[in-house]
Amino acid sequence: MSSPVTSVTRDAPTEPVPSSAVAGSSAYQFAVTSNGLTKRFRGGQVAVDHIDLAVPHGAVYGFLGPNGSGKTTTIRMLLGLVRPTAGTSTLLGGRIPEDSQQVLPSVGALVEGPAFHPYLSGRDNLRRLDAADRTADPATCAHRIAAALERVGLSAAAAKRFRNYSLGMRQRLGIAAALLQPRELLVLDEPTNGLDPQGTREVRALVTDLAATGVTVLLSTHLLSEVEQICTHVGVMHIGKLVAQSRLTDLRAQTAQRIRVQTAQPDRAAATLARLGLADIARRGEEVTALVGSARPEDVIAGLVHDEVPVIAFGPVPVNLEDVFVTLTGEGFGVSG
Amino acid sequence: MSAAEASSPATMVPAVGTGQRQPPATSRRLSTRFLRSELKLIFGRRRNIAGMAVLAAVPIIIAFAVRYSGSRRGGGDGGFLSQATNNGLFVGLAALTVELPLFLPLAVAAISGDAVAGEANVGTLRYLLARPVQRTRLLAVKYLGVLIFTVAAVLLIAVVGVGFGLALFGAGPVTLLSGTQVSTAVGLWRLLLVCGYIVVCLAAFGAIGLFVSTLTEQPIGATIGVVGLAVISQILDSVSQLSAIHPYLPTHYWLSFGDLLRDPIATDQISHGIVSAVVYGVIFLAAAWARFGAKDITS
Ligand SMILES: Nc1ncnc2c1ncn2[C@@H]1O[C@H](COP(=O)(O)OP(=O)(O)OP(=O)(O)O)[C@@H](O)[C@H]1O
Ligand SMILES: [Mg+2]
Repeated sequence: MSSPVTSVTRDAPTEPVPSSAVAGSSAYQFAVTSNGLTKRFRGGQVAVDHIDLAVPHGAVYGFLGPNGSGKTTTIRMLLGLVRPTAGTSTLLGGRIPEDSQQVLPSVGALVEGPAFHPYLSGRDNLRRLDAADRTADPATCAHRIAAALERVGLSAAAAKRFRNYSLGMRQRLGIAAALLQPRELLVLDEPTNGLDPQGTREVRALVTDLAATGVTVLLSTHLLSEVEQICTHVGVMHIGKLVAQSRLTDLRAQTAQRIRVQTAQPDRAAATLARLGLADIARRGEEVTALVGSARPEDVIAGLVHDEVPVIAFGPVPVNLEDVFVTLTGEGFGVSG
Repeated sequence: MSAAEASSPATMVPAVGTGQRQPPATSRRLSTRFLRSELKLIFGRRRNIAGMAVLAAVPIIIAFAVRYSGSRRGGGDGGFLSQATNNGLFVGLAALTVELPLFLPLAVAAISGDAVAGEANVGTLRYLLARPVQRTRLLAVKYLGVLIFTVAAVLLIAVVGVGFGLALFGAGPVTLLSGTQVSTAVGLWRLLLVCGYIVVCLAAFGAIGLFVSTLTEQPIGATIGVVGLAVISQILDSVSQLSAIHPYLPTHYWLSFGDLLRDPIATDQISHGIVSAVVYGVIFLAAAWARFGAKDITS
């Protein structure tokens, strides 16, 4: 790819990555790292192809990618459910799978949707998960379950059988399970799937709240808007490859800035912009946009005034991340085979 | 087994730096919480309760059928059912004999086939492993659940049989298969030995079920497969031309429990049966462990 944005993959993590900073050291700077992580399924398909993740401690990391791009497979490998074909990864400074018994108690996870025993109530399902956790204190179990259910707004349905839960209630219960214990890292695979707008807002607020208390969140999604709203970092998957990884602000800054002019005489405006040397001039109705390039916006305004173009409005075109990702992935957000 | 099981506390991640690690997990090594949760799942499930009700119904039917069938042929033919009229204990034995070929294996297969495949099927397996539950520990708890269910099922049949038997026929001296008469207490003791032997046989069968359960995400498929295996094994066992392979069939020694009802106890077949069960159990538990430890959990 020739776009300037592709460079973010290499420049991305502000500090050089991890492998040495992690294993055996006394601190972890990255809550999640991976090194050449690869999964080739038995059919021969490479679902995840040499990805180097670096999720800084305290980040809300949007793991973005179209359907089938390998997000869930990556998450399964990070949690030790699927064995990588090649590569290594760490969670909270511990190697996976060697140290998983030590680090996973501090990781709350939602993987490919919630899954519970259909004939048990929501509360009993959480009890079962808590019973499976050797680090959980049985004395506080009831209290923690009530708090988690309260947090996701499910207290009223706690006694209902899971099979009678609606899609959104199931998703909420899955999030409650991830919050049963205080966690350092939350790995949430499409947490807002199936939620109504209210629920979506609640979950996003919840993620933001948790992040404010220092919890690192790795959130997979195919919704750009979700990343724009709550994430500090983003990693973009495309057909098994991590095509970009960066702070959200850096990614935005790397996109070429455009200006827009609204005018009753778009032809004259376009001519002026061309005279000033702006590239990629586009007209749509009364609006003309162009790449700013090296020109300064104030000079553009002066030029327009000089040419007596009747300007109604002038300003920067808001950075559209979608364009960034279309550039990165070449084809936007279709399903990757 | 997977490397995850090999980790030791020495690899514990230190609690410093940018991460605010929780105080180290207080290791409740002997906690039975997960096992109790497993038992609650097994014995609380409606399907399993219905299955146990069926198991318990058989001795009741036998007791009433014998009591009210009218035609009493005396003890001449030596069958358990006719013995029931002499002593209530034999209802329990008769019920175990009737249920051993199909009902009991079916019950054990339903639980063991569901053990891993059932969790995989509803997707809870990935969440259990991510809690984390070591894979070896998960298998151990699942197999313990199967064992406890097996004991419960066998005892249920025996207790209901003895209860109804004593109520309808009363207690009295028990005539053993060798013709010796013993007291009711000794008879009860022999019945308990029979239960123990049947549990050992079914425990090996449960290990096969657990192994098959790690191969699939379809619990019903696993159950049917394992029951099919028991049935085929019994069919092969009845074909005399195949007598060369009979000792190696998993069900071959099951009905040898009758030897526990002789005086003195004929230990020959019984000890073969126990060896066979232990070998089958060890092989299939090891296979389940090897298979499950290396498995990609994609359910
Ligand atoms: N068990 C499996 N065997 C073979 N191929 C698989 C398996 N699981 C996933 N894949 C393939 O790996 C690729 C990545 O799948 P994955 O579930 O990781 O995508 P995803 O990014 O999570 O997609 P979505 O947004 O739809 O959840 C897909 O092409 C999928 O078909
Ligand atoms: Mg997915």
